[in-house]
Amino acid sequence: MSDMSSKLILVLPELILFLGSVIVAILGLSRSRTARSLVPGLTILLLAIAFVLVPAVYRTDAVEQAGLLMPMLGKYVKMIICVIGISLALIGSGFIDRRMEEAIEAGRARFDPLRVIRGEFFAFFLLSLTGAMLVCNANDLIWMFLALELASLPTYVMVALSRRGMKPQEAAFKYFFLGAVSAALFLYGFALLYGGTGTIVLVEIQDVLTEQAQAGDLSSLAILGMILALLGIGFKMASVPMHFYAPDVYEGAAAPVTAFLAFVPKVTGVLAIIILLGTFGWSLNPVPDADGVVQMQGGLPTPITAVLWMIAVLTMTLGNVGALLQKSIKRMMAYSSISHSGYLLIGVIAGVPYGLNAVLFYILAYGITSSAAFAVLASLQRNGEDLESLEDLSGLRARHPWMAACLAIAAGSLIGLPPLLGFWAKLYIFIAGIDGGQLILVIIACFNSAISAYYYLRLVGLPLMGPETPRSEAVQKTPVVWPRLAAVVCSACIVILPVVISPLVSAADEATEGYRIGAQEIQLPQPVEPENPEQA
Amino acid sequence: MLISSLIWLPLLGALAVMFTPDRIVRHVALAFSCVVFLVGVVIATGFPEWHTAQAWPADDTIGWLDNFGISISLGVDSVSLLLVLLTVLLMPLCIWGSYSAVQNRQREYYGWLLALEAAMLGVFCARDVIFFYICFEFTLAPMFFLIAIYGGQNRSAAAIKFFLYTFTGSLLTLAGVIYVAWQYASATGFWSFQFDDLLGFAARELSGSEQAWLLLALMAGFAVKVPLFPVHTWLPLAHTEAPTAGSVILAGVMLKLGTYGLYLFVLPMVPLAVVEYAPLIGVLAIIGIIYAALICWVQTDVKKLIAYSSVSHLGFCVLGLFALNPLGLQGSILYMLNHGLSTGALFLCIGMIYERYHTRDMDRLGGLARCMPVWAFFMVFFTLSSVGLPGLNGFVSEFLCLIGAYSSTLDGMTEYPGRYGPWYALIAGTGMILAAMYLLIMLGKIVFGKLNEPEHGSDDGHPSLPTDLNAREILTLVPLAVLCVWIGFQPTALMDVMEPSVERTLAAYPDTVRQWELAHQPDTDEQILVKTNDHELMEFTLKEQAR
Repeated sequence: MSDMSSKLILVLPELILFLGSVIVAILGLSRSRTARSLVPGLTILLLAIAFVLVPAVYRTDAVEQAGLLMPMLGKYVKMIICVIGISLALIGSGFIDRRMEEAIEAGRARFDPLRVIRGEFFAFFLLSLTGAMLVCNANDLIWMFLALELASLPTYVMVALSRRGMKPQEAAFKYFFLGAVSAALFLYGFALLYGGTGTIVLVEIQDVLTEQAQAGDLSSLAILGMILALLGIGFKMASVPMHFYAPDVYEGAAAPVTAFLAFVPKVTGVLAIIILLGTFGWSLNPVPDADGVVQMQGGLPTPITAVLWMIAVLTMTLGNVGALLQKSIKRMMAYSSISHSGYLLIGVIAGVPYGLNAVLFYILAYGITSSAAFAVLASLQRNGEDLESLEDLSGLRARHPWMAACLAIAAGSLIGLPPLLGFWAKLYIFIAGIDGGQLILVIIACFNSAISAYYYLRLVGLPLMGPETPRSEAVQKTPVVWPRLAAVVCSACIVILPVVISPLVSAADEATEGYRIGAQEIQLPQPVEPENPEQA
Repeated sequence: MLISSLIWLPLLGALAVMFTPDRIVRHVALAFSCVVFLVGVVIATGFPEWHTAQAWPADDTIGWLDNFGISISLGVDSVSLLLVLLTVLLMPLCIWGSYSAVQNRQREYYGWLLALEAAMLGVFCARDVIFFYICFEFTLAPMFFLIAIYGGQNRSAAAIKFFLYTFTGSLLTLAGVIYVAWQYASATGFWSFQFDDLLGFAARELSGSEQAWLLLALMAGFAVKVPLFPVHTWLPLAHTEAPTAGSVILAGVMLKLGTYGLYLFVLPMVPLAVVEYAPLIGVLAIIGIIYAALICWVQTDVKKLIAYSSVSHLGFCVLGLFALNPLGLQGSILYMLNHGLSTGALFLCIGMIYERYHTRDMDRLGGLARCMPVWAFFMVFFTLSSVGLPGLNGFVSEFLCLIGAYSSTLDGMTEYPGRYGPWYALIAGTGMILAAMYLLIMLGKIVFGKLNEPEHGSDDGHPSLPTDLNAREILTLVPLAVLCVWIGFQPTALMDVMEPSVERTLAAYPDTVRQWELAHQPDTDEQILVKTNDHELMEFTLKEQAR
């Protein structure tokens, strides 16, 4: 099998999503109202197909022949992206064009292909997910760059399309220009990486870097390039210092799009960072010992660790402290999502053997939890607009008990309250961090979790215990049922998945299979020996 | 199987009451808690390990997160079984006691109470650190809701303060425990969070400084819960604002989660650090005893007074634990039970007054013995038990804690040397005198003296209560009173069953303390050698003992 065809087999799910996005766009322009209303359903169907295909293509030989740095990384993540994508599509179904469709049905307006945007919206939705999934298949820097941009560009449009008025336009512009700056930054980083290693193919970069490290002179150009790339890609996951856009953009976009922004770009960014750091590996820290012989030690090269360490600490802390001060729900969730990027970076720093798996599992838990929270926000409206201030949630329980309960569960999971899903994700990150020698970072994360509990408790306390106010009495359910369904299902998952946590965590272990550090393949430490003499 | 039903039965109950009509929900909740009580009694009667230090059942383990050896393993030894019994006893009384007090959002109320019971029993039955931690943390959620929904004026602030304090502390504990598990995994090649694996391992393999940090991490979680001065400030607010049943459970059982944690983790895991820092912890405990007692003296709110008295009483408990001898430890464990009984009962009594008069202000209440003789009897009875009147339960445990501290000396006369001494016992003992003062002053004001009875507050939708206690209220207090008398006269029965567990916990201590003493004596010629090697020597001795 040729290199090209194996690559194509591996991206079959993405191809389907890509082709599907075209069909979705065309279907959205159909004259028939029924056909147009099928758009979200078709989107979900495509994601479901992709979900089924992902494990199938990863069973083929194509995986080994595609020349990927971390061949199995995609399997778990792509499945997560599809599942969360389905939930995001549920959240987003029915809010785009709702007024327009109502007007057409009532005969107040005529169908105008130029003004109907539902098809476009979901086409961009699928394109962005395709980009996120393609990042896992990057085998060189160009592919990486294109995939990152494919994931990002549609989100700019989605923000602009999401609502009427000036706010989303402003948000989209901010997002776009800052996004372009960040792209320039990491592209420059890629260029330096190329300069430092003389190749753009990731596997070859890894070989060159390993050689350099063993010879004791790791190219400082490559390190600088890596750091620039980290900062630039940090924009996608909203990590400090590229986090400034997040509160404004989250606030400007409609709730379903905010939900999308809180998950997809973050996953894209984390995956890109994992793969790029994979070229350095987590065992290329050259330290000359007493005899002057260079020894390889665990961990990333010191400058990169230092930069990541600082980014992680600042991201956690600024995110949480920022969220404390917010009165707007979406801004609070934006800062909260910033802080979660910080927790993710702990796993990235720890690397192998546990860190990356912990990151992937965290992505799953975070995706489900943030979907649940945003689904609640998307199912509620006040005077036809998204909820704005936290006060709008006060006394939610009296009118919408289920939504209040879902929000409380999601907040509990974001706090990391056991036994909810978020706790296990944090536990795994903490274990990985301590295993990777980052005890201090874990302790800082502990304090940050404590800070975050304060503002997440408001999401529990206000809806369940707060008094009803004139503002909150005006809060109604949105007419479509799907976001509510997503909220209930995601909350149920938060409560139920911990019961069957073991297979979910084990599945993440596959991700680093086949990834080579230096000359050796990673050996995952064995789980508990079945015949543990002291337990028996 | 029987043990696990202690956890899933109340959980099932919590779920069941959520779907029960409001009219009968309290009966359903009471029924579930009574069944759990019966299960507890059945376990206690069939418990084969009363006179050994073993946990039973030995192998009740279900895998949970296999990659890291996290499992749901359950088992109780004699000490934890006593605390289980305290919990299953208090819960039906609390639920019964709330029959008239809680009129709105009943389903949630009883649901959270039962969920809380499941979590607390999970803590006492856990044999896996992560499962312990999950239950320990999960107690926060029900209590948060109980305080925040059904509490007094200042309830949301109290609930949030309670949650944040405890949550922050126990996260650090989690980090510390993971650190130990990681060391264990590096040493043995596989992950495990079993008590049996980790506790002994930490004591054997961790160096003195690692143990000191671990002690700090563990104390961060448990000292907040106890609460030890200076991290006690959440307690008065939470107790005062919580509904009656919440206060009873909070004082009766949840504070014991802290002292139980100290007993279960701190003493066996970090002996070197415990010996090193016992005086510091003892001084904090004594400050807590005296300081809280002085605050009690000036309180006008009866409930707040009892709340602060908990801080003072738990100081004795901690002092007994870190006396490092069997008497102190037995006294301390007995104190956990006694405090649960008498302070729980006092909170019930005060709840009964509050339900009638809607005030707890000592200046507005007076001479209630004239109109409520039955209530006055119980109030005086439980106050005396709390003061430590000989013949009632409080006296025995307080006295044992003090004797433990007194005899915990380095003079080589005792079998179990410790870092305390007569001075600690003497100063802590003044706490007993202060307790007598503030509690008796309180009694004098509200029970005796001129009758000062505010408006009967039965006009706000509450079903009217009689002037004095009704049969239900009396019956919730009688079991507690009987137990108080029984423990007062027969403490040896309980002390005997604790003895094996206590001795196992303390097994390594006499030598650890002696090693510490050797290392810290003024240098003489032959000891210089010892001093240079003190760490290796201590660790060596501990390893020898472990074998």
